[in-house]
Amino acid sequence: MTEVLLETRAICKRFGALQASKEVSLSLRAGEIHALIGPNGAGKSTLIAQISGALAPDSGSVIFEGRDITRLPTPARAKAGLARTFQISALAMEFTVLQNVVLGTLGARGGVYRFFGNVMRDKALLDRAEDALDQVGLSEFRNFVTAELSHGQRRQLEVAVALSLQPRVFVMDEPMAGLGAEGSHRLTGFLDGLRQRAPILLVEHDMDAVFALADRISVLVYGEVIATGTAAEIRANPEVREAYLGEEDAA
Amino acid sequence: MRAETLLNLSLPALLLATALIAHWLDEPYIITLATRAAILALAAVGLNLALGLGGLVSLGHAAFFGIGGYAMGILAFHAQTFTPLWGLIEGTKSMPVIWLVAVVAAALAALVIGALSLRTSGVYFIMITLAFGQMLFYFAISWPTYGGEDGLSIYLRNDFPGVNTLLPLNYFLICFSLLAVVLVLFDRLAKSPFGLALQAARQTPARAEAVGLTPYRLRLVAFVISGAITGLAGALFADLNRFVSPNMLSWHMSGELIILIVLGGLARLSGPVAGAMLFITLEYFLEGLSTYWHVYLGAILLGVVLFARGGLIGLVAGREVAHD
Ligand SMILES: Nc1ncnc2c1ncn2[C@@H]1O[C@H](COP(=O)(O)OP(=O)(O)OP(=O)(O)O)[C@@H](O)[C@H]1O
Ligand SMILES: [Mg+2]
Repeated sequence: MTEVLLETRAICKRFGALQASKEVSLSLRAGEIHALIGPNGAGKSTLIAQISGALAPDSGSVIFEGRDITRLPTPARAKAGLARTFQISALAMEFTVLQNVVLGTLGARGGVYRFFGNVMRDKALLDRAEDALDQVGLSEFRNFVTAELSHGQRRQLEVAVALSLQPRVFVMDEPMAGLGAEGSHRLTGFLDGLRQRAPILLVEHDMDAVFALADRISVLVYGEVIATGTAAEIRANPEVREAYLGEEDAA
Repeated sequence: MRAETLLNLSLPALLLATALIAHWLDEPYIITLATRAAILALAAVGLNLALGLGGLVSLGHAAFFGIGGYAMGILAFHAQTFTPLWGLIEGTKSMPVIWLVAVVAAALAALVIGALSLRTSGVYFIMITLAFGQMLFYFAISWPTYGGEDGLSIYLRNDFPGVNTLLPLNYFLICFSLLAVVLVLFDRLAKSPFGLALQAARQTPARAEAVGLTPYRLRLVAFVISGAITGLAGALFADLNRFVSPNMLSWHMSGELIILIVLGGLARLSGPVAGAMLFITLEYFLEGLSTYWHVYLGAILLGVVLFARGGLIGLVAGREVAHD
């Protein structure tokens, strides 16, 4: 079997009476796209937050490249090679598009505590940032102030910032949301190639994209993984059809 | 040249010209006002680093201003009374030494205050910085050695090698030069890797963490540099007045610095300079009209906050922040 890069082991998380994660065990292997699907409020973003370090699980652990990172703060996880995108864009709105990506390259490279020298003239950082923008097709918008971008462009910039980290693993929370048919299609093609560089844990509502891309799919319902398998297995799973896909088909 | 760049150059030029013309017309009071404006601008540049770039609403920056002031007062006091501090350290009348002590003392205070208050955010941060400021204020009031409530007077202005500091214009030029140096440092810092990271931590802390940055550490470093600059301004201010009192530590002073920045333009390089010049000008013209001139100041401030969020600089140069 191929190497497991990222793993959650029996993660539990409660918000008061609400069980947002219930014994969630997932793995992400080298070279794969593992899609995580589930209805609204199933606890997908909550799981992403626990993997990236924004939330601490009540119990269970997160393993990254064989190391227990459950207690590691978010910045350390990012430095170790874990890049996430946010469901609700978390970009620096006053910055230009390019500045947002340079921020990523700066964080990945280090040397943040330098008080002189124009960061936007740092060739090494700029090259990597331009490259990331190019990959998502935002190059011509590099000097736009981020607040001026359309919703779809902000989603693309989210992905570009993650790329700029040159991570070992991607964790993406609904990167296609609001992209429109053409945008989704483009990004699907792009993610398809990206898995060779680093595997992707992909939370996504766009079922076309999920079934086109995913090597494996896990279905989360009320905080619990009810099934994991290939696209064909998930489609055929009666429990999944009842809990989730049935509704989608009807819609 | 962009409008803002032009302002960044012309505002200090205007301040310098005011002092030079006042010297030529033999109006020492005007020179003193220009010096006050330069010093307040310097203090506000310090605060602008924390408030404008870092988004840290500190209502305790008077603490650093006052620490700088007392560093001057205490060192000069021991020099003029020929009594060594703790029986060990001679006082001094040398400005460079006083500045160094003021900067280091203010930076250390900022490190302690920042390390504790930056664990909170929002209203709690404002309240904790305010509380630290008030603690120092009451400490100064109840410390009889250095004048307590009455403050501490220094007979003669301190010395600067090769310059007659008693001449108003000379002292203005000293303060103005320091302001210019600090403005250049602020500009470079804002564009540096640290500046980018600090501003990202203000706008989107979750993102900053997700790319491997630690907002707490960034803010603490910014807070320390900020406090150090405001401390330097405090030493200059006390030297200008040849007097330091607990008033320099009061929360009114902290509020005044915030007002200067908001008037001039938050996070803008020249915001504090524009704000300080406007503040001193208003004070000069309105104080004559009414002892309650702060009412007018309040009205102007309200107007700026409601209709001109970018302050004076924003009005003239537009809202967009530099991004080259
Ligand atoms: N910080 C929090 N405090 C309390 N409840 C929370 C918190 N964060 C999330 N929840 C709740 O936990 C549940 C799971 O939320 P989560 O955002 O993980 O769902 P999701 O699967 O990502 O949904 P969506 O598809 O709408 O993005 C929801 O009922 C939500 O209201
Ligand atoms: Mg979600």
